[in-house]
Amino acid sequence: MQKPSNEAFLWMLFSAGGVIAAFLVPVHILLFGLAFPLGWLRAPSYEHLMPLVRMPLVRIYLFLLCSVPLFHWAHRFRYTLFDGLQVKHLNEVIFTLCYGGALLGTIIAGYLLWTMA
Amino acid sequence: MNRVAQPTVEGVPAYTEFHPRWYRPHVSVYWWLGGWRYLRFILRELSSVFVAAFVVVTLVGLRALRNGPDAYARFMHHLENPAVIALSTLSFFFVLFHSITWFNLAPSAMAIRFRGKRLPDVVVAAPNYVLWLVVSVAVAWLVLR
Repeated sequence: MQKPSNEAFLWMLFSAGGVIAAFLVPVHILLFGLAFPLGWLRAPSYEHLMPLVRMPLVRIYLFLLCSVPLFHWAHRFRYTLFDGLQVKHLNEVIFTLCYGGALLGTIIAGYLLWTMA
Repeated sequence: MNRVAQPTVEGVPAYTEFHPRWYRPHVSVYWWLGGWRYLRFILRELSSVFVAAFVVVTLVGLRALRNGPDAYARFMHHLENPAVIALSTLSFFFVLFHSITWFNLAPSAMAIRFRGKRLPDVVVAAPNYVLWLVVSVAVAWLVLR
């Protein structure tokens, strides 16, 4: 297992990601995953969304929306494999893949939002 | 190698070369199928996979926005693919499950007392639902405006 000092920090990220996911992800999926594709509501145009996404506060919002819930996933998924499926011998590999994936997603989100013209 | 047993204190077992047997009951890999509570726990944990899937789709969408109007139109068209709609529907229910279980944890995480009595669980969890509604309406208003 990792050092306990790491665990507290990672748990904070897990917890913060859980809060962000609980409050914000349902409405996003409802709009972009169901309401727009199924024609319940008219999808926003590129010309409407772009100025919104360019706003600094919205960029920070989108960055947090993408990044922190990934660490929530990393934590839960790691323990699902560990407790649920009892994959204990691959602990280090799973740790690296989960948090590495979350870190990669964070970097991609930061890059995309930073370079959004 | 012969090891001579050391003189021992009365009542304390002598040294043995073998590790003592631990009591470790074997738990089946499918323990979470053993009851609705266990299954609910593992489904709640698995909701995180759909949260991660949402982030991936969102990142693809942001990349499309960054690449211009044509890329954005193609992305919105891909969202209409039946397989993507199926994923969105499944994700929506899993994420709702995550939200509800998360909000309902609040009374367990903090016991708020008022006039010496502990507030009922419903009262502690309710503000979460109010805030959830407010935040959701705000996001929808910004996107749809």
